[in-house]
Amino acid sequence: MASFARSIRLIAGAWALLLILTASAPSIAQQSQINPTASSVRERQLLQEFDRIQGRVSIPDQRSSVLIQPAGREWREFRTVALRWVGGIAILGMLAVLVIFYLRRGMVRLEAGRSGRTIVRFTTFERFVHWMTATCFIVLAISGLNITFGRPLLLPLIGHEAFSEWSQWAKYAHNYLSFPFTIGVVLIFLMWIAGNIPNKVDVDWVKRGGGIVGRDHPPAYRFNAGQKAIYWIVVIGGGLVAATGYELMFPFYLSGIEGMQFAQMVHATVALLFMAVMLAHIYIGTIGMEGAFEAMGSGTVDVNWAREHHSLWLEEENARAEANARPRPAVTAAE
Amino acid sequence: MARMKFLCDADRCIECNACVTACKNEHEVPWGINRRRVVTIDDGKPGERSVSMACMHCTDAPCAAVCPVNCIYTTADGVVLHSKDLCIGCGYCFYACPFGAPQYPQVGNFGSRGKMDKCTFCAGGPEADGSREEYEKYGANRLAEGKLPLCAEMCSTKSLLAGDGEIIAQIYKERVMKRGYGSGAWGWKTAYRETIES
Repeated sequence: MASFARSIRLIAGAWALLLILTASAPSIAQQSQINPTASSVRERQLLQEFDRIQGRVSIPDQRSSVLIQPAGREWREFRTVALRWVGGIAILGMLAVLVIFYLRRGMVRLEAGRSGRTIVRFTTFERFVHWMTATCFIVLAISGLNITFGRPLLLPLIGHEAFSEWSQWAKYAHNYLSFPFTIGVVLIFLMWIAGNIPNKVDVDWVKRGGGIVGRDHPPAYRFNAGQKAIYWIVVIGGGLVAATGYELMFPFYLSGIEGMQFAQMVHATVALLFMAVMLAHIYIGTIGMEGAFEAMGSGTVDVNWAREHHSLWLEEENARAEANARPRPAVTAAE
Repeated sequence: MARMKFLCDADRCIECNACVTACKNEHEVPWGINRRRVVTIDDGKPGERSVSMACMHCTDAPCAAVCPVNCIYTTADGVVLHSKDLCIGCGYCFYACPFGAPQYPQVGNFGSRGKMDKCTFCAGGPEADGSREEYEKYGANRLAEGKLPLCAEMCSTKSLLAGDGEIIAQIYKERVMKRGYGSGAWGWKTAYRETIES
């Protein structure tokens, strides 16, 4: 009996050995391909083959194992040349367009004048979210512009010490206000998604130039095509800026240096274009259109404003008010 | 004036890490930061080479070009230094550097970066030479004492050379004449935009 067990064990052992040998055969063959008299690794050759040279370090900081990474040179070109051109053209160009537009068109007036009756357009919560995001955006934009344009424009004016002091505080503000800004973008996304799905009405609205470029008043629901564009720019642009910003704020959590270079390029480019778009948004919301600011200011708009700019929305609101059991009008008399 | 450079002759490096240790000790480098490190390429394979790397004190340094507060400057000796009083810890120099030289102590939650720290070529910072403030912020100023960087001075195989670029290039060329080009003077082309191949 014992000898039987022994022979079983022997057979099993032989099989296991055979298995290991067959499994390791390719690796033995591979190892024999290594040339023991290979010449030393060469920097030139490695740099031509890969975009960076990486090895092994014995110190605990494994991130330092990247030895040479010449991509920083290209990133430098982007930051000091390309980005300044893109940002400068986008922002100054938008400002120029707005000034010319204002001089030619002026404030878009209410054609029918004010009716004196108002209708609720944005609730207190909606306005709170809008202004929280807007305030953060302005601080983030100014502190971000400072990083790109501060050195050539502001530093020569106020000197090294003052500029560093201001930039230090701007950096803190930029880092910490990113959190309420991101929350704001998420809330905007959730809160207004229902009214911002593009539909057939938008096509007609765009063809007729909307209420600001064109001279007539194409119908629109709660948000017209222009506002929908702003909504999606805020949601997508804000999302991109937030995601790339956090990647830069938490170095090495998500990627190595090459990922951070790319994140900075996306962050800065999207942010500068975002600012240019927001300039137009601020223009229409303030001096560009009569009666528009109060939508986000007091939360109510004049019924004539709603009829001219959001006719379908007004009809919806009126229908909803009539459908209510109690005959309480949605439009309240201001007298 | 001499133009100070480092030269990493990988054909001589034995990866003893003495340069790393000497640097940390000489300058009381903050916890978690290594101004110099030794990286082994193709470790364990024939032809492996080790390279001691720190700030190379580049010609037309990319870190200085991208710094938003312009706190990085090049001295008359060609050494790239920075002011920790002006640095805002934004991380841009570290995106631009080809050698991973700039590092930041973590000073708060969320990985918030402190003032940048990097190799000074043992030349301190903008404070008065040899002053206490200079030592606390940047470490020893050996250059002001007429000495060269400690890492290279105590390199047992003289793999790491530091000093006047023309002199160390000459030493390297003599080595190349005797033994052949080998693996190259690591980082020279990237840092100084010049080759040292004879």
